[in-house]
Amino acid sequence: MKNGFRLTFWLFLSPVLLWLFLLIVIPHLDLLILSFRGESDIGDPVWTLQNYKNFFIEPIYWNTFIRTALYAMITTLCTFVLALPVSFYIVKLARPRTRGFLTVLLLLPFWVSELVRVYGWMILLRESGVFNYFLLNFGIIHQPIEMLYNDITMVMGLVYTSMLFMVVPLISVMESLDDSLIEAAHDLEATRFDILRTIIIPHCKPGITSGAIVVFMLALGNYLTPNLMGGKNSLWFTEQIYNQFIASFNWNQGAAFGFLLLVLSSAIIWIGLKVTRQKLGEVAS
Amino acid sequence: MLFSVGVASLYHSQDRQTLCAMANDLSVHNVVRKFGNFTAVDDVSFDVPQGSFFSILGPSGCGKTTLLRMIAGFDEPTSGSLSIRDKDMRGVPPNKRPVNLVFQHLALFPMMNVEENIGFGLRRRGMSRAEIAKRSEAILERVDLPGYGTKRVSQLSGGQKQRVAIARCLVMEPSVLLLDEPLGALDLKLREQMKVELKKLQAKVGTTFIYITHDQSEALVMSDRIAVMNEGRFEQVGAPRELYNDPRTPFVAKFVGDNNVWSGKVEETGEYLTVRTNEGLLFQARSHEAYSSRIGVDLFLRPEALRIEPKVVTGLNTFQVSVKTILFDGANSRLLTVMPGGHELLVSLPQNRQFDYIEPGAIITLGWHPDSGLCFKV
Repeated sequence: MKNGFRLTFWLFLSPVLLWLFLLIVIPHLDLLILSFRGESDIGDPVWTLQNYKNFFIEPIYWNTFIRTALYAMITTLCTFVLALPVSFYIVKLARPRTRGFLTVLLLLPFWVSELVRVYGWMILLRESGVFNYFLLNFGIIHQPIEMLYNDITMVMGLVYTSMLFMVVPLISVMESLDDSLIEAAHDLEATRFDILRTIIIPHCKPGITSGAIVVFMLALGNYLTPNLMGGKNSLWFTEQIYNQFIASFNWNQGAAFGFLLLVLSSAIIWIGLKVTRQKLGEVAS
Repeated sequence: MLFSVGVASLYHSQDRQTLCAMANDLSVHNVVRKFGNFTAVDDVSFDVPQGSFFSILGPSGCGKTTLLRMIAGFDEPTSGSLSIRDKDMRGVPPNKRPVNLVFQHLALFPMMNVEENIGFGLRRRGMSRAEIAKRSEAILERVDLPGYGTKRVSQLSGGQKQRVAIARCLVMEPSVLLLDEPLGALDLKLREQMKVELKKLQAKVGTTFIYITHDQSEALVMSDRIAVMNEGRFEQVGAPRELYNDPRTPFVAKFVGDNNVWSGKVEETGEYLTVRTNEGLLFQARSHEAYSSRIGVDLFLRPEALRIEPKVVTGLNTFQVSVKTILFDGANSRLLTVMPGGHELLVSLPQNRQFDYIEPGAIITLGWHPDSGLCFKV
């Protein structure tokens, strides 16, 4: 019986293991090796740390990374500020029947590909786009405004793309928040802001953290939205990686950047967890 | 474990009650609350004098929680007025009302420790840290939990959580403390103990308590006055003894304490009503109103009003029953008896060894005084 159970266990686990090993572990190992390879002065392949050194020596590289990380944090914060009232409304205020409908409404944009969604935004926002057309016709502006290709539009696009990944964990933690806690706080002379600060946010902390991690990582690793909505000035770190691989054919440098992105973003999340005194295990559960 | 109550403080609170006999902490006038077509609270009026323990007793769904939520400010009456210490409360949000509510499931904040829970309201008032710590410790002392400030809520037992929830409200020094069935979640033994403790605590602090319950024993033990509520209306308001001995409506007679019921018709009127029950027995009993002959009535009789094998039978209603089973429950033991027509009766069985000979199947004579039986028109 026990052997039979074991066999089934491995049988079901093997596709996952194969997937992980063949498609994730092996390519990454290959990239890791690539990132430590370089050419000597006479053109022979050698082991070197030069690819990693370049990141810290060239200001453009680490400045781009810091810029990317900062904007990813701003995106995370904006997403949280927007998602909190949305999830509160869905969980606590909406009637049960409307709740399902609203959740589907949130999911709906994710049924089309990110590319289509971003182009949708571009149709709305570009110089000859829908917004400008109406603003011109209503006489609010007299010359079309270019709303694309700036940082604000880019952050907005990223927030739009990330919303769901913040709302879903927030909804699931908020469902376990007892209404009477909110009422008790209200009864004990707390204002709405006090309730938010002392009851709702502390209760939702695990959901906020897991949502924030997902949104931060998605924003940091996003290529499409910054590139299309932020334009050439967006200076997103993923674009640097792309450039190294595709434009410069410098796979070694690109691989090193890829691993730097992984290590540095993990470090940021680790610091974030330390500062807010949380453990990854608690967040995941 | 029990709250220590100084005799002096008991006298003190009684003094205060007599001094302020005129002052009402809470006045409710003609309050109605409708949800669509459903009337949850239907024209309720009452006054609660300062420093008293007032209970609202009713079955679940009678509207008592709606009424309490309107007093606390979580709900507004459809019509009628509600004032606390002579201040009209219409439109005043819960955080601005001088009342505090102890929730049914206590609603202690799990993300805070005991002291933070108790200090929560004071912090909202902008009180200094030192002052909050002082007051929290003082109130914890008062509910017999000194030194519990740093404990987490999850470390407390049911009874301790109870007292922390009450302390959290009392520290705000409310005009009125509202309690929404706070003993419901406790096990029986603890509930019995907390009943006594709550009563003592109320006497000690002198705050007006308004207590909501569906458990008649909680209401009877603790309250100065009880309102019995049914289908959104107050059936009767009175002292516990009054409700028990002199119910004004059939609902109160049935709901407060146990009662045996016969249905019958009035045969004769006089000093007592003479009622012929549907089983054909002739009883004499009293009623609040005068009923004419041939009118259908229900006759209510407490199990303890039935005397087993009375020695003197003059002036008593007597009849014979057979014992079906003995429901032994210590001091609260009863006999389940059957009348010839199959009508079942509960009879109190005093545990003074006098009736140890009674076995199931025995035929016994029962007697009761006409003053104990109460008739209501059907």
